[in-house]
Amino acid sequence: MLAPPAIFPIETHGLSKAFDQNVAVDHVDLQVRQREIFGLIGPNGAGKSTLIKMLTTLLPPTSGDATVAGCDLRREARQIRASIGYVPQLLSADGALTGYENLLLSARLYLIPRAERAQRIREALEMTELTGAADRLAQHYSGGMLRRLEIAQSTLHRPALLIMDEPTVGLDPVARTAIWNHVRGLRDRFGTTILVTTHVMEEVDALCDRVGIMHRGRLEKVGTPAELKAGVGPSATLDDVFMAIAGGDVESGGDYRDVRQTRRSASDHG
Amino acid sequence: MARLAEAIMEYGTEVHAVADAEIRKLRHDPSEILTRAIQPAIWLVLFGEVMAQVRGITSDNGRYLDFLAPGILAQSVLFAAIFYGIAAIWERDLGVLHRYMVSPAPRSALVLGKALSSAVRGLTQAVMVYLLALALGIDVDISPVKLLGVACMIALGSGLFSTFSLIIACIVKTRERFMGIGQVLTMPIFFASNAIYPIDIMPGWLKTISRANPLTYQVDALRALMLIGGQSKFGLAVDCLVLGATFVFLVFIAARLYPRMTT
Repeated sequence: MLAPPAIFPIETHGLSKAFDQNVAVDHVDLQVRQREIFGLIGPNGAGKSTLIKMLTTLLPPTSGDATVAGCDLRREARQIRASIGYVPQLLSADGALTGYENLLLSARLYLIPRAERAQRIREALEMTELTGAADRLAQHYSGGMLRRLEIAQSTLHRPALLIMDEPTVGLDPVARTAIWNHVRGLRDRFGTTILVTTHVMEEVDALCDRVGIMHRGRLEKVGTPAELKAGVGPSATLDDVFMAIAGGDVESGGDYRDVRQTRRSASDHG
Repeated sequence: MARLAEAIMEYGTEVHAVADAEIRKLRHDPSEILTRAIQPAIWLVLFGEVMAQVRGITSDNGRYLDFLAPGILAQSVLFAAIFYGIAAIWERDLGVLHRYMVSPAPRSALVLGKALSSAVRGLTQAVMVYLLALALGIDVDISPVKLLGVACMIALGSGLFSTFSLIIACIVKTRERFMGIGQVLTMPIFFASNAIYPIDIMPGWLKTISRANPLTYQVDALRALMLIGGQSKFGLAVDCLVLGATFVFLVFIAARLYPRMTT
């Protein structure tokens, strides 16, 4: 189920989402190139999660157009779902199932041919170093193991595009590095394009080819980490870039629900 | 033709994927099957034995316990199925639901998968109630054809009420509200049916409600199939038709509402 070749795995034109009077995503024009790791950063409430929900077909846009994996967002939602992988910020592995069973569930949902299932699952377990834990219930996994399982289950069908929402939130440095290595491995081995949201500037520096900074629903700046830093000053860090755009409003966003979700996700994976 | 066969196979794989995951969870922690057997035992042993002393509930001179057993079987399945909604909200809150919603599986396949797993759960309940009924000396018909018939009715009823519960969950969206509304819904469904007393002794307005209640038709079919010499009031064909049509209608609605839970 490979998507037809697209120049941009993600391309949006004026993509917007409004809830009642509240504009969460405001005319975003985004192009993510093939085989790149694209980071989306921005303060809480900047619209990152809403944008991702639209790109993963969970939420219909209010206006604007987009193609994801070469398919039209409004008319070909099912084809998009078949060709992308999505790792939500929340816990998406089922704790009451074993690692193997979680992968089996995904293999069936994504219609991986029966003859290939066992082989694919075995490979995914090896790549994520979960082979030894395959028959344990996921609720007994550590935070890092859970994230690796979640990445494994959402890439089992070899998606052309992988979207991850704050994949390393709540993880210790060792587990975080393991996730980064695995993500790079997916890109190098399968040519997967990766879109990742994060709050961790270190992650952007270490992982992302290009970054987009969102603020108040708008995509304010796009560039390589080096370009963005150079634009602010000679010895600027990404934090400085971030502050230059989002600074000023300290309490820029994030309602009770955002905070609750982030904290719970952090404690689930921690 | 080959394309169609393939599409049906794929659809079946996705329904099976959802149901199989649920059944595996039940296998990992089967204690639920035993705890759920307590409630029907209380109804049959405490309620049933006392009410059996009251004359005039059943018109023919049949024993009240015999009359009650199919009703309690349907009730235990109903009470288990109605909690599918809360499980759905729980899955949404965790994030597990997102993985189903971003998969290419058709939404109706996801709903049917849940209904199928509820059917399997209902069948384990049925086994427990049958064991209880045999222990209490109720005239249970254990011929294979009748057992198969009962299994079909349990599966259909269980799928129907779990899908109904899923629809409620999609509408109310939070656990707290569901807990409130779940209680308010299950009791009328149970009492405004022929589960523990015949429709004939009800006042006119309640008769009308009972006739519109799917549980009535499930219990009616179970009375004919579970007991030796059991009789159906409406006819098995009518029972199956009402339950089948309601189920299809509910799956259709649920498939439309289910994706809204993750927005």
